[in-house]
Amino acid sequence: MPFIPHTDQEITQMLAIIGADSIEDLFDEIPAHLRAAVMQAIPPGMTEMEISRLMQQRAEQNTKAVCFLGAGAYQHHIPAAVWEITTRGEFYSAYTPYQAEASQGTLQLTYEYQSMMTALTAMDVSNASMYDGASSLAEAILMAVRANRKSKSRKILLPTTVNPVYRQTAYTIVKGQQIELVEVPYDQTTGTVTLDQIKQQQDKQGGDITALVLQQPNFFGCLEAVDEITDWAHENNILLIAVINPLTMAVLKPPGEWGGNAHVDNNNNGADIACGDGQPLGAPMSAGGPYYGLLCCKQALVRQMPGRIVGRTKDLDGKEGFVLTLQAREQHIRRSKATSNICTNQGLVVTASTIHMAIMGAKGLENTAAACFANNNKLVAQLTAIDGMEKVFSATHFHETVLQFDDLAEDNCVADILAALMKKGIIGGYDLSLHYPELGHALLVCTTEMRSEEDINAYAKALQEVLCSLNSTQTAALSETA
Amino acid sequence: MLIFEHSSKGRNGAPQSPVEKASVTDIPKNLLRKNSAALPEVSELQAVRHYTRLSRKNFSIDTEFYPLGSCTMKYNPRACNTLAMLPGFLNAHPLTPDQQNQGFLACMYDLQSMLCEATGMAAFSLAPMAGAQGEFAGVAMIGAYHNSRGDFDRKEMLIPDAAHGTNPATAVMCGFTVREIPTLDNGDVDIETLKQAVGPQTAGLMLTNPSTLGVFERNIEAIAKVIHEAGGLLYYDGANLNAILGKIRPGDMGFDVIHSNLHKTFSTPHGGGGPGSGAVGVAERLIPFLPLPTVAKEVTREEGLENESYHYLTAKDCPQSIGRLSAFMGNPGVLLRAFIYMRFLGREGMVRVAEFATLNANYMMAEAKRRGFTLAIDQRRASHEFIITLKNEARDFHVSAMDFAKRLLDLGYHAPTTYFPLLVPECLLIEPTESEAKEALDGFMDALEQIKHEAETNPELLHAAPQTLPVKRLDEVRAAKQLDLAFKPGASV
Repeated sequence: MPFIPHTDQEITQMLAIIGADSIEDLFDEIPAHLRAAVMQAIPPGMTEMEISRLMQQRAEQNTKAVCFLGAGAYQHHIPAAVWEITTRGEFYSAYTPYQAEASQGTLQLTYEYQSMMTALTAMDVSNASMYDGASSLAEAILMAVRANRKSKSRKILLPTTVNPVYRQTAYTIVKGQQIELVEVPYDQTTGTVTLDQIKQQQDKQGGDITALVLQQPNFFGCLEAVDEITDWAHENNILLIAVINPLTMAVLKPPGEWGGNAHVDNNNNGADIACGDGQPLGAPMSAGGPYYGLLCCKQALVRQMPGRIVGRTKDLDGKEGFVLTLQAREQHIRRSKATSNICTNQGLVVTASTIHMAIMGAKGLENTAAACFANNNKLVAQLTAIDGMEKVFSATHFHETVLQFDDLAEDNCVADILAALMKKGIIGGYDLSLHYPELGHALLVCTTEMRSEEDINAYAKALQEVLCSLNSTQTAALSETA
Repeated sequence: MLIFEHSSKGRNGAPQSPVEKASVTDIPKNLLRKNSAALPEVSELQAVRHYTRLSRKNFSIDTEFYPLGSCTMKYNPRACNTLAMLPGFLNAHPLTPDQQNQGFLACMYDLQSMLCEATGMAAFSLAPMAGAQGEFAGVAMIGAYHNSRGDFDRKEMLIPDAAHGTNPATAVMCGFTVREIPTLDNGDVDIETLKQAVGPQTAGLMLTNPSTLGVFERNIEAIAKVIHEAGGLLYYDGANLNAILGKIRPGDMGFDVIHSNLHKTFSTPHGGGGPGSGAVGVAERLIPFLPLPTVAKEVTREEGLENESYHYLTAKDCPQSIGRLSAFMGNPGVLLRAFIYMRFLGREGMVRVAEFATLNANYMMAEAKRRGFTLAIDQRRASHEFIITLKNEARDFHVSAMDFAKRLLDLGYHAPTTYFPLLVPECLLIEPTESEAKEALDGFMDALEQIKHEAETNPELLHAAPQTLPVKRLDEVRAAKQLDLAFKPGASV
């Protein structure tokens, strides 16, 4: 029997101690007429050899095309040691560290994670992680509403340069609590949100705004004017929620340092809450997860923070040790008055991410981030050299860029081009027509440090061929009509 | 020693990143970082050794018996990990076109179908990333269902007092008020009080069955009737599904919506606190509200041949959905592990899970009684877990359930769940799971008996426990008062 060790003799002995005639007797409190029949829709069991074959086959069916997709998940190099250690049974098969003395491995590691994440973001406090970037934005919004006592409106300004699926997720999670998510449009020239547009929306909403969300780099890969906007938010008693890609923070100004221009109170610098997805720091793309959500805040907001937090303390002998702390915020103590219903963090992925950051170090992350930036510039230069391809936005891009197809015929769309590229072994990017129809035939491309010169050349060549054959089909169609 | 304390300026793991830093001078200076992040500077070997050593400071299923009630700490088959980490799955970008992601989508579709069959529900969504998010999805669907019928006044969620803390926290998050329903001494819900509590304000009842008290709710049909006649819906918290897998299905008991903790019943790893999965299943009338995305199968015929393909359903296909809960679809790596585990067991293996989990729990309960322990609920069958109350030991020898728990650690056993459920004083909630052999159960009971004897003769041994672990009891008050949540160079604890 798979994963059940009992021998017939043991079963007999155990039943005798219980005083039951059969295992079936142990279920005699369940009403007989409700009992389940054999589960026909579940196939019979398999041996490890058989299931290995099945999974190999299914894994083989997935594409091996070269990936130029980003849009919230990124293919980065992960040192082999990271998951080797992470999947050691002592990490892999441990529970939540409620018994602190028997969980010092996980607890110390989580404390180190919190330390690394606060170093990277320049924020005061990090929790032990949330589910993913999108749900951590939702929790950041709930947290801001609890924390901003100067605001009564429960209105959150949410620029459309924030990842659209993050905005959808935030809406799903906060809508039960009379919180209003107010969209702010972006500047179609720069690809960023401007202070004027934010102010306009603030006026329209009557002035009182609880928090403003700002993503860096934004969904288009563009860099937002984080200093100016953060200062303005603080002048207006609005909490600033940063959504970040943590890898890029090795190079970019971290949220804890945003703002800080002359006339603003110095203690008020920096984003109030920072969230984002930890995936670029050691989690494989893995069809969408598991990743983890990072969530950091200023010291003053720590008691509004949801989720697990590890603290350093001492044991009876004065020796250093680690425990889950501030548990009075959490559901298992506070029940209906908890800061969130969240119970789990993404412990195993945080384990991987911590080891990843330790091995890479700041220098490794900086070099990786800079390579992403440089490779993207190379890709964009090559692709925009092709006739009919243009870069859409003027703001500086990090490692993602929006490109437009100028002269596609009416009946052609980005999806057709992506399908044709796929046949040539290239995943060409993210089709923006669903979430940003105003951009016309637009594509979000991404490069990481993993994309070689050859990959980039291959993409440019493939795209040229695809556009060429589309044009010749069009020309043929035109001449037929003529 | 922290990894930061192994750090030496200028040391790094160079071969892991591009050796030269590319120029970033194109980026405006005011958007750039001024100083490097204060991450540790260690060699790869130092990092490997540090984290390998840390791992050895953990108890885990792979190293110790872990009878943690309500958590279902069963064996996590190694093959589930190896096969879920095949490159074809790991290198799949979540936005890969469906046609190029068929192997993964096929697994997800099959997992949905198997969960439907195992629970008796009509449809499943794998989107929720943990039990609490599954609860959120389930309760949000109950709200969406009532709203879709113009039934806007159903704002009260009924929750038994024995429930997990996530139940009331979730209900509040979804905009409901909570009304607690008391539990009788025999572990069943107080149905008379329930009858008084329902009305036109009732949105539903959240129930765990078997309950957190480790017994099967015998009046489930009557409860379902009371809730349904009042116009409410019945929510199944799948925390204890392991106890009844293949024996009775939530759908057949009358539940309208359920979440299943795949990290419990379907053996995906707990990972030191996640990632989990809280897949949600629904009865027919709630299908339109399922969280997104879900996976659908299409069968097409071409020249007489059947061709199966799989695709994600999104907002376009499901306009009434409660929406998205994450950027992509839950925790796919966890879902793959659950899928592999279910295929290992097959239909005949499902029912054995409940049978042997229940056999182990009842055996330990009988042993506990034989060895002189007081059971919280006597005269009933245990489900897959049972509760010892140490209230007499606490009264007579001034030792607490916590002292017992800490002493067990010294003897090489992870402690059972303590102080939950809240209704039982000084309790140990013990769940052995089906994957433990009789020797492990006997060894644990011997240890418990030894500690009981120590409590009577030398209670100091319990108060001072643990003595054999990397640290002794930790000062939690200090941790909360003198907050130290991150290493700052130069500062000491």
